[in-house]
Amino acid sequence: MDYDFFLKLFLGGLTRGSIYALIALGYTMVYGIIELINFAHGEIYMIGAFTALIISTVLTMSGFPALAVTLIAATAAVFYACCYGYTMEKIAYKPLRTAPRLSALISAIGMSLFLQNYVLLAQTSDFLPFPSLIPDFEFWEPYAHIMSAPELAIIVTTIIVMVGLTLLIKFTQIGKAMRATSQDKTMAMLLGVNVNRVISFTFIIGSGTAAIGGMLIASHIGQINFYMGFIAGIKAFVAAVLGGIGSIPGAVLGSLILGWTESFFTGYISSDYEDVFAFLFLVLILIFRPSGILGRAETKKV
Amino acid sequence: MNLLQELKQSTIAAVWFMFLTFPLMVIKVNTVTKTIEWRWWNMAFIGIAFFFLSALWRYMIKHKEKNTGKFSPGKKISAIRKRLAEKRFFVPAMVLLTITTLAFPYSFSLYQTNIMISALIYVMLGLGLNIVIGLAGLLDLGYVAFFAVGAYAYALLHLNFGMTFWMVLPLGGLLGAIMGIILGYPVLRLRGDYLAIVTLGFGEIIRLVLENWNEFSKGPSGIANIPKPGLFGLDLTLQQHSIYLYYIIVALVIFTIFVINRLQDSRIGRAWIALKDDEIACQAMGIDKAKTKLRAFALGATWAGMAGVVFAAKTTFVNPASFTIWESVIILCTVVLGGMGSIAGVIAGALMLILLPEYLRAVSEYRMIVFGAVLVLMMVFKPGGLIENVRKTYHYKGHEHITAE
Repeated sequence: MDYDFFLKLFLGGLTRGSIYALIALGYTMVYGIIELINFAHGEIYMIGAFTALIISTVLTMSGFPALAVTLIAATAAVFYACCYGYTMEKIAYKPLRTAPRLSALISAIGMSLFLQNYVLLAQTSDFLPFPSLIPDFEFWEPYAHIMSAPELAIIVTTIIVMVGLTLLIKFTQIGKAMRATSQDKTMAMLLGVNVNRVISFTFIIGSGTAAIGGMLIASHIGQINFYMGFIAGIKAFVAAVLGGIGSIPGAVLGSLILGWTESFFTGYISSDYEDVFAFLFLVLILIFRPSGILGRAETKKV
Repeated sequence: MNLLQELKQSTIAAVWFMFLTFPLMVIKVNTVTKTIEWRWWNMAFIGIAFFFLSALWRYMIKHKEKNTGKFSPGKKISAIRKRLAEKRFFVPAMVLLTITTLAFPYSFSLYQTNIMISALIYVMLGLGLNIVIGLAGLLDLGYVAFFAVGAYAYALLHLNFGMTFWMVLPLGGLLGAIMGIILGYPVLRLRGDYLAIVTLGFGEIIRLVLENWNEFSKGPSGIANIPKPGLFGLDLTLQQHSIYLYYIIVALVIFTIFVINRLQDSRIGRAWIALKDDEIACQAMGIDKAKTKLRAFALGATWAGMAGVVFAAKTTFVNPASFTIWESVIILCTVVLGGMGSIAGVIAGALMLILLPEYLRAVSEYRMIVFGAVLVLMMVFKPGGLIENVRKTYHYKGHEHITAE
């Protein structure tokens, strides 16, 4: 077996998996708290990428230095994605807290369709070239043949976000409130947790990480389109389910597994059926282990 | 609530949305020609629109909150419905409807007839999906896959074996049902949202296979020259073909309505509705959950399969691009808008959603964004749909009798 090729696929899978993980985190956190598949999550990721593109183009053309452009565009993208996530929750999900799950799910699909077409009408349906926000680091030069510097940046960013998020959930007040809410919403409310605030916060954090993922993948692939959120969103969802939806380490594990399998599948077998494969994976997991690898089996109350 | 406070809240909402939509609505960059277009007008529009929308939104939410908890069975039936239940209104209405339907292709142009055919195909799809979602409460996001199965069945069976429309029509339904069972069988254990995702995945798998498996389905270029249905070997002009197809689809829709109407009151129909309300209670009553769900899937898919055959005959061309997930969402939208579970509602919903964008060419660009908004708004404000389904309820009337003792 060709060792270099294997390594390349391995690292490619790691990059892919990291990005899935950034998106999957949002799914898993939202599901953990309000048990809703936020179909529009992929769209938030797309909006993050679009905002980054628009802001960075405007800044570049007004003559800002490259590093400042990257930083400002990234901050703006994350900020805007958070705002979108917050507003979306207020409009499409909050009025449906007590409604049947089917209603909330349909509302989420509607939101996804709405946001996609909103971007399509406001911007364009064409693929837009996306500038490389991450420069090639010089110190990485000797290793560039196995993995490019932007890929390294993706992995490092993902690790930083993961660690930050874990610390946030484990040690801060709001993190504690989030854990309490995800266990039992009513009980948390009785104990003085402001559940509405916790839910908003979850949406904001999830949207922020999705936007980071969106920007990274856009600058890695080099082009964006209003439709990009859908497939990425579904795949991130597959990853979240694979790891066990509701569990944060599960989302990371699931994303890495999906990233690697996809990478090896396209490398060694065929790239035609790449997406088919992800969906097949999903169907198989849900049939044989719906609670995922790290998820706990749900007991249903009567 | 005083006016000043309302004004303040509306202003806050307007400013918030102006800010929120700023990068996407106002700035338009062209990275190829390196130009930026500033569209300040959009910002003004959004500000004004959201000022009023937010006031409306708050009013509607308040209205909805006032009405919750005020549930009274029997009182909810609308005036039109009550009128139609009476025989002296029902019979003339039906006669009028029949005459309009029959005379339609002769009183309007070929173009109108063709639009009507596609609208009626959606009616059929909506009614089929209504079995799965409206009656059994299973959210199927891959419904269009069965539609694709029907359409490709006709295209391929004609291409390879020279089969005609009338031979394929029942076969399309059968293949749809088989696919429904194949998909339904493994996913029966899943609950609502997982089921939605799996069916979505299944739908995409079918589409991607059709797109990539060139030897089987000719890939993205699709299959052309599918014949329209023949009438006893007569030579028909294009117009006559369309009229003939129109009557076929009308007959199929009537057949669908008939079957679903009968199904609703049957043992299976009752079991579906019970299953939708409470799975556990339903099982406790001795209903075989798996079998009941499987029947819903299979029956829903049957109509989609047949609608697919008609679709292939109408367009004489099929390719995978017609069967994307968004097609499933449109069908879902027709069911939700009309009213889940109500036959009249689904028909009205499908006709409205398909015909309005056709005739209002100016707004057809905004079709999908409106569909998205419709789904959200309907769920928030009127989850029952426009024509709400009336549940059969049993009223206990012996109460006074007992107290009189």
